[in-house]
Amino acid sequence: MPAPTPKVPGFLKGLGVTARTAKETMFPDGMLRNPVPAPSKGAATVQYPHVKEAPAPRARGVISLNEDNCTACMLCARECPDWCIYIEAHKTLAPPRRAGGKPRSVNALDRFDIDFSLCMYCGICVEVCPFEALYWSPEYEYSEVRIADLLHDKSRLGQWFETVPDNEPYEPGAEVKKKPVSRKGAK
Amino acid sequence: MIAALDLPYWAQTLIKVGVAAIVVPTGAAIAVYLFLFKLISFMQSRLGPMEAGPHGTMQLLAEVGKWLQKEDIVPERADQRLFKIPPFIILGSTFLMFVVIPAGPTAVVSSLPTGIFYVLAVSSVSVIGVLVAGWASANKYALMGGLRAAGQLIAYELPMVLAVVGVVIQAGTLNMQEIVVQQSHGAIFGFGGIGNPYVLTQLVGFVVFMIAVQAELGQTPFDMPVAESEVVGGWMVEYTGIRFLVFFLSEFAAAVGFSAIASTLFLGGWSVPATWFDPMSGTGRFLMHFGGPIILLTKTMVLTGVIFWVRFSMPRFREDQLQRMAWKFLIPISLLNIAATAILKVVM
Repeated sequence: MPAPTPKVPGFLKGLGVTARTAKETMFPDGMLRNPVPAPSKGAATVQYPHVKEAPAPRARGVISLNEDNCTACMLCARECPDWCIYIEAHKTLAPPRRAGGKPRSVNALDRFDIDFSLCMYCGICVEVCPFEALYWSPEYEYSEVRIADLLHDKSRLGQWFETVPDNEPYEPGAEVKKKPVSRKGAK
Repeated sequence: MIAALDLPYWAQTLIKVGVAAIVVPTGAAIAVYLFLFKLISFMQSRLGPMEAGPHGTMQLLAEVGKWLQKEDIVPERADQRLFKIPPFIILGSTFLMFVVIPAGPTAVVSSLPTGIFYVLAVSSVSVIGVLVAGWASANKYALMGGLRAAGQLIAYELPMVLAVVGVVIQAGTLNMQEIVVQQSHGAIFGFGGIGNPYVLTQLVGFVVFMIAVQAELGQTPFDMPVAESEVVGGWMVEYTGIRFLVFFLSEFAAAVGFSAIASTLFLGGWSVPATWFDPMSGTGRFLMHFGGPIILLTKTMVLTGVIFWVRFSMPRFREDQLQRMAWKFLIPISLLNIAATAILKVVM
């Protein structure tokens, strides 16, 4: 079946769309009143260094580490497609859970680095972590002059953890996780 | 104006070269700022450059400074000497175009008797620059882009010339200054209140001419030669720094130049078409020494705006669609237009 012929030729329709958008951007208050107000009122964008956009819910800005939950199981480092997570740990004894019990053997982190110059923000490490130690933080302003400074060590990753918001509500119709773990409660 | 001062030939030439050297880059800069930086931004619901100068007016200076600092890279396998020439062929062809465009009763660098013929001839020199650039880069994308450009520019050269022929028949002259005067003095079926801007009688020619200009400039529905998603920049792919800057600015200068030609041919040029206003003598002539360039600039910028408006709104034609449009649609229509104009010219 041939496509129905549009009433207005597509060429003119396209020109109309761009012209209308230009008009709405330049004169958001109506024709010729207060043209091109700054900061951008009619525009869909913001003037970034002066105005900052609030990140979307569950924005993937930077990966943060809750060090207390990490058991140095190395799952994240092994799943990482870029091999940009470096983990070193040693075994140590922790006090027993109950009085009179045996001291527990735990892994203590010596080093947990993520090299954000290699990271491709796939989030597999966050997904794969069975102990809720890795979280997405919405912070995004961590560019550096030296590329080596993009290697964030565990204290830096711990600082990012402070910025992780608590569970944000899902959009209606979204697939709901079985057991949402409270971020702050996980501490 | 210049000739009236009775200066020696060398001084006149020097002044004319100086004026052209100021007018062409300034026109290009205005077009870049108004349309490439601002108009497209507004059409995409953003503000464009806002930091360099008030509302980003100095942005182009910053860009030029950046390009001038860049390394002048010549690919190892490229034809070393040939590779360096094309930007200046294209720039030269663009500059030569402005020679015969009149901006006032005497404000024209050289009022050639065959003005419009000369313009069409020198503007098509740029295709040689494009081909040389595509070939000398020793890059498959550049070569493909160069060949596409050659095919496209030759295909659209024809409707452009044929559209102009209609105007030439009606005006009875090839001199651009004369064409302006003819429009200014003309009358449509005896009514001379608005003169006879040829856009009214040669509407078909005007539309064909603007489409052909769009294709000659390689602006977006016709940007097969530089299609970045297919041939990553086409014949310009290997150029950086100052040579790319020259390509970039000549593209915009050429857009301004072609718009100036279109406004001269179809919209009455630097004059206000009307029989009650004589631009070539008396007060009218005196006023037009100053008003003419402004009127021409206004008309030129409106037409440049239309070119870029279409550029920012349309997706790219396929190569076969592009060729079919030129050979099966534009050329027959402009031939019919010529025949109709010639018949009416003789009959009326």
